[in-house]
Amino acid sequence: MDLKDKLVSSFMAFENNVDVEHPVHDIRTEAIKNFEEKGFPSKKQEAWKYTSLKGLQKVDFSIFPKQVNTLELKEVKKYFLHEVDTYKIVFIDGNYSPFLSETTHDGVDICLMSAALTKPMYKQVIDVYFNKIASKDESLTTLNTAFSREGAFIYIPKNKMPKKPIEILHFSTGNEASLMLQPRNLIVAEENAELQVIERHQSLTSNEVLTNAVTEIFAAENAIVDFYKVQNDAKTASLIDNTYINQKDKSVVKVHTFSFGGKLTRNNLNFYQNGEHIDSTMKGVTILGDKQHVDHHTLVHHIEPNCESHQDYKGIYGENSTGVFNGKIIVDKIAQKTNAFQQNNNILISDKASINTKPQLEIFADDVKCSHGCTIGQLDEDALFYLQSRGIPNKEARALLMYAFANNVLESVRIPELKSRINKIIAEKLGVRLGFDL
Amino acid sequence: MLKINNLHAGVEGNEILKGIDLEVNAGEVHAIMGPNGSGKSTLAAVIAGKEEFEVTEGNVLLNGEDLEDAAPEERAHKGIFLSFQYPVEIPGVSVTNFMKTAINETRKAKGLEDMPANEMLKLIREKSELLEIDRKFLSRSLNEGFSGGEKKRNEIFQMAMLEPQLAILDETDSGLDIDALRIVANGVNKLKSKNNAVIVITHYQRLLEYIVPDFVHVLHEGKIVKSGDKELAHELEDKGYDWIKQEAAV
Ligand SMILES: Nc1ncnc2c1ncn2[C@@H]1O[C@H](COP(=O)(O)OP(=O)(O)OP(=O)(O)O)[C@@H](O)[C@H]1O
Ligand SMILES: [Mg+2]
Repeated sequence: MDLKDKLVSSFMAFENNVDVEHPVHDIRTEAIKNFEEKGFPSKKQEAWKYTSLKGLQKVDFSIFPKQVNTLELKEVKKYFLHEVDTYKIVFIDGNYSPFLSETTHDGVDICLMSAALTKPMYKQVIDVYFNKIASKDESLTTLNTAFSREGAFIYIPKNKMPKKPIEILHFSTGNEASLMLQPRNLIVAEENAELQVIERHQSLTSNEVLTNAVTEIFAAENAIVDFYKVQNDAKTASLIDNTYINQKDKSVVKVHTFSFGGKLTRNNLNFYQNGEHIDSTMKGVTILGDKQHVDHHTLVHHIEPNCESHQDYKGIYGENSTGVFNGKIIVDKIAQKTNAFQQNNNILISDKASINTKPQLEIFADDVKCSHGCTIGQLDEDALFYLQSRGIPNKEARALLMYAFANNVLESVRIPELKSRINKIIAEKLGVRLGFDL
Repeated sequence: MLKINNLHAGVEGNEILKGIDLEVNAGEVHAIMGPNGSGKSTLAAVIAGKEEFEVTEGNVLLNGEDLEDAAPEERAHKGIFLSFQYPVEIPGVSVTNFMKTAINETRKAKGLEDMPANEMLKLIREKSELLEIDRKFLSRSLNEGFSGGEKKRNEIFQMAMLEPQLAILDETDSGLDIDALRIVANGVNKLKSKNNAVIVITHYQRLLEYIVPDFVHVLHEGKIVKSGDKELAHELEDKGYDWIKQEAAV
């Protein structure tokens, strides 16, 4: 049985464990129909031209883990941003781990999707927001919707701000030979609310994992949301991330995506600007080696006038790794005075590595500022000589230049401890010691 | 200290240096002058080990040791320093972090431990004061957006930090205003001792009033066509290069 059939037939078993009377279940039923009709995307589709899911569909993934597993904090502490105090929503093989988590209902709700989908007190929020911005026809998103049951639920009411950053962590223990996970997150920041989220998927063994995640983010008027995706997973873990962001007037949403690990990673990052004076920022650092593959597909839909979007993605590709950057910007006819910037710079450090980069602009308004640029290059030889002439050996000089190349994307990271963590991962990835503290 | 014998070098079969002989001893200051395109920067880059240039004949010896196989960083570790005519901009690396890396890598090559942080800070403070460099400057990205003069001053700051045995200053005076020229020249003179040497590449007499050369050489079409004392620089300032070119043609 291939993966699609297995998923479709698992839906009945799934229904035994959820409340089929709940209105959300109608959404799930619709969604599984869509997935059944469309199946997994193939390379024939333009949006999937450079990323093949064929290999993954041959794996006999468990759809539900057979047993509930636990982890000791000391086994996984290093994956938390433990230098600072954070709220934590932690899942082990897809199941919530109360022991590793720290949730709250103190003025804000930082808790579980499973609770939000079942408890009456959250019904109103679910009615208004759940599956409202996520695509209803993109097959992988609908697949996630069909199986939506668990994940993070974050609700920040008007004028509120959680006391500390929020970490969402997904661990897989390897107790299954291969496991598929489908977390579903909902994040709502009401008017003037502000929050910071760090998300991480981490497989703890070399058993195969496939995660198909959907996150919906709603930023109301003046809300500020910082979302950091730390993708430094094992080389046997694959991730399809579908993030949908709806912004209202004067809201500011920044998504940073740090892609260092994993086997196959697909980031579908979609911004919808439903208001004026909105700021949307997407930044990414990708450093790959081996046979790793990362595909960044971004979309910014400028629906109203006077908004901005900024995209800055940097990639360093070594060995046999492959990368994709496809940045789509749509500016509707009424969205005058839009400022849309997009930049994608890449360095190939191996002859066998490759990157496909493509801006996709659909501009229907006439009074807009749009700029985009993509570069693919090697390291600057004159810069290398300059560093070497000061006594910095070739290998370290290369690393320093690559570090510097990736580094400016980190300037907008607002959690200093996270910034130095990422800096360290970058230095480690580049395989050298830098002569200064990061 | 430095001995260059019949050096021929070029790029892709195109010969730029066509048989250079030069000897520089400890304690000496040599000036190299010459028309645009005569090969001054190429000579400097070849001494510093830029691999883009291929040495086809002759050699460069430092303290008797042939540098042929030495990488640029190894030459730096042996005490060669090049102040670039066009310093490269490196966005994302601060001047301070760059210097820390350079110093600690040089120490590592010599089997020494990293310089303790407080010692490093002290050194940076001392040398930036010598060159009257604002501390704010040091946290900026290396050369990025620096004015022409700031870049040159920063080069000499690096020289002061690294204390080389042989410093080659390639048109360090160009881009410096009159006050900056004095500060930079003063910095170079303070670092000067009987154990080190300086090669000053310049088009103008002005810098040589501050950093007084023991020898002046004229490079023309890849060859040293004339050598003399500091008077030669005066003569060139007055008369230009035509007479030398004519002499060379004979
Ligand atoms: N990488 C290169 N490829 C091709 N030609 C080169 C290269 N580098 C230098 N040259 C040529 O070699 C010659 C010498 O150049 P060089 O920069 O050494 O001159 P210079 O004496 O320093 O001149 P200036 O006074 O203008 O600085 C020039 O004709 C230059 O065009
Ligand atoms: Mg020159």
